[in-house]
Amino acid sequence: MPRYASRIISSFASLVLLLVMVFFLSRLTGDPAALFLPDDATPQMIEQFRELHGLNDPMIVQFGRYVWDVLHLNFGDSLRQARPAIEVVTQAFVWTLWLALITMALVTAAAVVIGSLAAFRPGGIFDRIVTFTSLIGASAPDFWVAIVGITVFAIGLGWLPTSGTGTVWHWILPIAVLFIRPFGLILQVVRGSMVSAFGSAYVKTARAKGVRDRSIIFVHTLRNAMLPVITVVGDQAAALLNGAVVVETIFGFPGVGKLMIDSILNRDFNVILAAIMVTAIAIFVMNLLIDLAYALLDPRIRT
Amino acid sequence: MAVSSPLKAQHMSTLTSSGPAEPSRLRVVLGMLWRDKFATAAVIFLLIAILCAILGPALLTEAATRQNLRARNFAPFSLDQGWLMILGGDALGRPLLARIIVAARNTLMIAAGAVALSASIGAMLGLAAGYGPRWLGTVIMRLADVIMSFPSLLLAVIVLYMLSPSVGNVILVLAVTRIPVYLRTTRAEVLEIKERMFVQAAQVMGASSLRIVFRHILPMVIPTLVTIATLDFAFVMLAESALSFLGIGIQPPEITWGLMVAQGKQYLANAWWLAFWPGLAIILTTLSLNLLSNWLRIALDPAQRWRLEITPANKIGGGKANG
Amino acid sequence: MADHLLEVRNLSVRFHTAQGIVNAVNNVSWHVDRGETLAILGESGSGKSVSSSAILNLIDMPPGEITSGEILFDGLNLLTATHEERRRINGKRIAMIFQDPLSHLNPVYTVGWQLREVMRVHAVPAAEAAARALDLMRRVGMPEPEASLDKYPHQFSGGQRQRIMIAMALAMKPDIIIADEPTTALDVTVQAEVLKLLRELQDEMGLGLVLITHDLGVVAEVADRVVVMNAGEIVEAGTPAEIYHHAKHPYTRKLIAAAPGKGEMNAPMAEGEALLRVERACKSYGPFKALNDVSFELRKGEVLAVVGESGSGKSTVAKAILRLIEADSGRALWKGRDLFTMPSRELYAMRREIQMVFQDPTQSLNPRMSIFQIISEAWVIHPEILPKARWKERVAELLTQVGLSPDHARRYPHQFSGGQRQRIAIARALALEPELIIADEAVSALDVSIQAQVIELLAKLKRELGIAFIFIAHDLPVVRDFADHVMVMEKGRVVEIGTVREIFDTPAQPYTRRLLAAGLDPDPEVQKARRRAVA
Repeated sequence: MPRYASRIISSFASLVLLLVMVFFLSRLTGDPAALFLPDDATPQMIEQFRELHGLNDPMIVQFGRYVWDVLHLNFGDSLRQARPAIEVVTQAFVWTLWLALITMALVTAAAVVIGSLAAFRPGGIFDRIVTFTSLIGASAPDFWVAIVGITVFAIGLGWLPTSGTGTVWHWILPIAVLFIRPFGLILQVVRGSMVSAFGSAYVKTARAKGVRDRSIIFVHTLRNAMLPVITVVGDQAAALLNGAVVVETIFGFPGVGKLMIDSILNRDFNVILAAIMVTAIAIFVMNLLIDLAYALLDPRIRT
Repeated sequence: MAVSSPLKAQHMSTLTSSGPAEPSRLRVVLGMLWRDKFATAAVIFLLIAILCAILGPALLTEAATRQNLRARNFAPFSLDQGWLMILGGDALGRPLLARIIVAARNTLMIAAGAVALSASIGAMLGLAAGYGPRWLGTVIMRLADVIMSFPSLLLAVIVLYMLSPSVGNVILVLAVTRIPVYLRTTRAEVLEIKERMFVQAAQVMGASSLRIVFRHILPMVIPTLVTIATLDFAFVMLAESALSFLGIGIQPPEITWGLMVAQGKQYLANAWWLAFWPGLAIILTTLSLNLLSNWLRIALDPAQRWRLEITPANKIGGGKANG
Repeated sequence: MADHLLEVRNLSVRFHTAQGIVNAVNNVSWHVDRGETLAILGESGSGKSVSSSAILNLIDMPPGEITSGEILFDGLNLLTATHEERRRINGKRIAMIFQDPLSHLNPVYTVGWQLREVMRVHAVPAAEAAARALDLMRRVGMPEPEASLDKYPHQFSGGQRQRIMIAMALAMKPDIIIADEPTTALDVTVQAEVLKLLRELQDEMGLGLVLITHDLGVVAEVADRVVVMNAGEIVEAGTPAEIYHHAKHPYTRKLIAAAPGKGEMNAPMAEGEALLRVERACKSYGPFKALNDVSFELRKGEVLAVVGESGSGKSTVAKAILRLIEADSGRALWKGRDLFTMPSRELYAMRREIQMVFQDPTQSLNPRMSIFQIISEAWVIHPEILPKARWKERVAELLTQVGLSPDHARRYPHQFSGGQRQRIAIARALALEPELIIADEAVSALDVSIQAQVIELLAKLKRELGIAFIFIAHDLPVVRDFADHVMVMEKGRVVEIGTVREIFDTPAQPYTRRLLAAGLDPDPEVQKARRRAVA
């Protein structure tokens, strides 16, 4: 278990490092007052802003206060919505979390099943069709797919709503668009990993033992082949948790990605900070889960 | 395994005993490319795109910027307004084909710049993290973790918001967000390669660390890096176009394909081609890069290369020959 | 006409490869009956494993293709049987034991699960399978049989893993067991135990055993009959004694002549100044003592063999001397200067004088460098040895010296066979004009006939250039042919050190005697006598 402890500690160190970097990036790259107030702000307004946010205190004091606040998840109020920034962010984050969870669950299930079947006969017709389709998927820009999707299914055919939330129908297009790229990528990894697993020596043993083909695919090789897949699933999930900015913007989906863009355009610094920390913590937790899944699947890591 | 290993030994002896004059390297590579028709098509498309990027702006900038009110949102597939209008006209009546060709330069240059920058920095850091002292490796890896857990698009937005969204800055931002990919891959490979016997053999001969890293380890890593870079080129193109689409990337009057999609978005209902063609240009380029990367992965792997060397006559479905 | 339990008739298998069609086996016929052991003897590339892969339906088609022949098992032609029929035979009536059990066991399932699986796929009820799994673990002599069922393959030693493979093969009480190089990666003492177990089980259950091996000693120890394969064809068949003493085919004769351990032993060298003196070297990894108070001396032009089983610390000695790892304490005096504390500047000069040849020549040559680049790298690093103008000439000279052709310099490592690659590695070591070459298992990955040639080359270098060797090996007969002095190691300690005659003829320590007794003699009669003596 010491290996685990060190993994957790080092991911935690990254989190702390991020925290420090956010602070210094925000302070050293320019005067926050100038950055976050409109261009035509009067000197008086700027001074007021500085006083209000303690920007006149020594840097070290500001940093101390910043760390203290972050530890209490206190990021101040949202400038636009006049309520705690953390509340605004968590609300948006729940939407993103659901979007990411549903998408990744669908993507993983589909990629694993289709990838495994394609790998069983590498170079076969099914494999070639699957590989080529997944490559197209991995090549498509999501915003383009989104607007083509809206044009066809919402405007043209009128089957689905163009944007917003509310009904199940609202989720279909965003999930479909988000699905495409991770699906292409994960499918490739599953396929490659399964092909090499089929070539491994223990498959020979299983065949020599008289194990059925179905069991060789889904019992013997799949669990071994899932190990590299988990890493990629984790990376893709992290990308979604960071906010599917483009898709959320296009579909008017109130997730954390859209919130970040809006907050930047609105200069709502507190919300941005809260959003960065919340997503970073989410990714930290998810990495732990990935490690756990790894250990669960591979006994060699446990010892 | 038990079946194929004796075979390998057999070809080796036949190969060494015969040893006719080997065909030139270029011909071998082209031959291997020709075996994969998709990859061949991809390379041809990419060459055309690069040609457009190099020559396009010089030849067509004027045509691409000249507004023509009579050709506003001109529908595609008609030669009435000249061949440049074959793909239709945009909201100001500028020919889409010319604009796509001119925009190829910015689009490809940004992606190429970002990939080159992130690949070289990432590879250097990866070599240092893998072969250098332990503490250095740890520090570098933690930094990579930070970049990975920082929303990359957000980073881009913040930086571009503070600095100006010029071509150089866009390249810089995209490069920073992609460094961890190369860094992690390089480090993982270095950790594996440095345990190999030939590295120890070089140590035993008295080779310096620099020599071992650059003469023995780096050449082994480069094929992987090239494969990833090809794939990443596609990724960076998509990221750049997403930035442009969100309005925080390249600003008009400069154009990129992503920006063209963004500008065409509002005319979706009545002039779909404004957003469709530049999007298709993106998709075809990224697809070509993906296909090329796929081919490279096989061509650069000595254990897989036979798939491309095998003559069609006895190619019997590919299959698990090296299993 | 099912005369035999298992019979392979006129089997030909070919593979489609990038280099064209390769005939793996050609018109091969053999048979085996209940209670007897057939050995299939051959070197790498002989096709000795192909027919067993065909029996168990393990050949991937494509790229493999069975062009002719039949495989009769109990009257049924396996090659025309359905996939399902063959699956029911695999594991139940014909079982297989593979070389390298670590990669042949699934790493993510417990050993107990994998053992029970054989029985479950052949319709044994779960409770009975569980009980039998435990019995099997006991039967193959696994320590703590109950606990071991819940462990994973990586938690066992090599010998134990092979016992697990054997237990798995025995689970359904098959009629035939095919064992493909079952003891190749194991230490000699473990090899002796595994072979003993196989023999006992065969007597007990009356099964037919097909043993695929490259080792004449294994044949002498267990086989009733033997077929010798070369280049996909059976060149000779008979009893081990017939084959050994009255081989008809030139290939068989060559193979037998190449078997090491029969020549004259070297006479001890005259006393002289010590070139290298290691004093009380220690190295620990945590509580594990890899080197425990190791001391020895080596004189100019002398061969010191370091023998021992895996984990004995024999390779650690080499790495410590070459400073690939740092020793914890002790000294290694090279011409009076201590290698262990030498500053890096002196170390660089020392690198010229002590060179190393590694076990696996595939791994020790950079695959992306041409042979010329590999050999001349020595002079890039140590430019004082040779002016650049003479490199080409000298590479050609070195290649000739190690028995290769000068025009091989343009080629790349993958274009050579294992034995040729080891010659290249030796040429690279010679490029620095060393006084000591440390050879770490330098011939153990090679076929017997190639092994003999490489040893001959090393002996020539010793004779002509006066190079001293530290020859690390687990294979005693090879050591017997080449060494002047022998150092026996066990668990990081030096057990015994003496001239080659002393160690082989009058070993003083029980461990040395055990090691010698576990070795297998290629002569069936000698081996039979030895087995009787041990029992």
